[in-house]
Amino acid sequence: MAEKFDVIVVGAGMAGNAAAYTLAKGGLKVLQIERGETPGSKNVQGAILYSDAIEKIIPDFRDDAPLERHLIEQRVWILDDNSYVGTNYRSEDFNKPPYNRYTIIRAHFDQWFSKKAREVGALTICETTVTELLLDGKKVVGVMTDRKGGEIYADAVILADGVNSRLATKAGFHPEIKPKDVALAVKEIHFLPQETIEARFNIGEEEGVVIEMAGTISEGMMGTAFLYTNKESITLGIGCMLSDFKKQKTTPYELLDKMKKHPSIAPLIEGGEMKEYAAHLIPEGGYNAVPQVYGDGWLIAGDAGMFVNGIHREGSNLAMTTGMLAAQTLVELKQAGKAFTAPNLSKYKAKLDDSFVMKDLKKYRRMPDIFHKNNQFFTTYPTLLSKAAQTIIRVDGVDKKTKEKEIKKSFIASRSVFGLIGDAFKFWRAME
Amino acid sequence: MLKVEEKLFQDRYRVDSGRPHIQIKNAEICTHKCTEQQCTVCCPAGCYTQEGNGKVVLISDGCLECGTCRIICDEHRNLEWEWPRGGFGILFKFG
Repeated sequence: MAEKFDVIVVGAGMAGNAAAYTLAKGGLKVLQIERGETPGSKNVQGAILYSDAIEKIIPDFRDDAPLERHLIEQRVWILDDNSYVGTNYRSEDFNKPPYNRYTIIRAHFDQWFSKKAREVGALTICETTVTELLLDGKKVVGVMTDRKGGEIYADAVILADGVNSRLATKAGFHPEIKPKDVALAVKEIHFLPQETIEARFNIGEEEGVVIEMAGTISEGMMGTAFLYTNKESITLGIGCMLSDFKKQKTTPYELLDKMKKHPSIAPLIEGGEMKEYAAHLIPEGGYNAVPQVYGDGWLIAGDAGMFVNGIHREGSNLAMTTGMLAAQTLVELKQAGKAFTAPNLSKYKAKLDDSFVMKDLKKYRRMPDIFHKNNQFFTTYPTLLSKAAQTIIRVDGVDKKTKEKEIKKSFIASRSVFGLIGDAFKFWRAME
Repeated sequence: MLKVEEKLFQDRYRVDSGRPHIQIKNAEICTHKCTEQQCTVCCPAGCYTQEGNGKVVLISDGCLECGTCRIICDEHRNLEWEWPRGGFGILFKFG
């Protein structure tokens, strides 16, 4: 291929599709390269779609995007081995259009999103792996693919190649990812009749529920689990930091199967037919792990740039937003007749800093370190909470004052007075 | 012991026969230098198995392409890790 493009976008995930769409719409000549059979066939997510992020790119996405259920209820569960202590938030406000969040199935959604980019003029080629970046000195001038005569040239390349960020690593733009900066998540999808799901979760047609979980199911590792309702299926999974998995003797699939057997979870998926098992890394290093995201002729967007807000379980919206901002930077430079040099592309970083993406990551910059060093938040506290709840709820002739003393004693015995104060302070610092 | 194969059986693949996209660089390092051999625990597709003689055997056909093995092998960096050729490997139906 001797043809030259304004921009090559590597990847057809949330970031790559947002970038390709924005670039094509802005009048640039765009080539999107995807290694899967179709866009989405290599992509894994829970998955929840945040309307705000996609609306900013495709305002009328609801007209034809493949959406599963809009979410009307959020449950947060802290689990010990037999119980959960939880909160539910359900509101009729979430049941009025335009809906704020939806469950989606990525293999379906990404195909739609990539098709939208093609409709506005992007060229997409699938079944093509980009093996490395083509460099002229320090400047990226194109990509090498595994197709015959695989060199393709462009004035800029957007690296939306996902969490492994292989292209930037190979080019020496940043070092290999550290185990402490990524979580390994495994998940399954279970099919059930629509009516069964709606009865089990007390929801109507098209309404959905999210359950976010943490506790002893992660076996002392820093991690969380989730369960989402789709139209005719339920996805559930569990993810823990790779640095913790590295010290474990439990395999990820054993962890997932234990989760499925938890007495609070098992009845929800009972009778379902498992149709796919997937694994994926989630970049959770936070603010301090975000690498250099631009240089001469290149920009990084999405998971490849560590753009995930772990504490709020947000990633796809950061991916879409960073892909869009990277593309907007290129469109503006092109319109101004300016070259895609590193100083000019620094505008991308300024846009990121000015957006919720870097503001949120900065807010929680201490969170990863604090949770890494304090696994009591995933082990001791869930058990203490559950015991406390049970002590209060169980009627057994013991007076309430004695019960309160018993609970207080259990907390102090596990963590000591100073430990409790310290933990409260650490938790506040992580969230501040 | 749970068999991961039962899970992987539900997944769709196009295997690039005879062209594994991940290879162990030096088998001796796994056998003699690596005490933990955590790839045999952490790989979510169970691609790495511990043999009785201390060897680690890699069969990457069931690979879910997550990257775990490459990242946790941070002491020895003993893997040659590439994406499968375009169109090959795992093909998620749902993702």
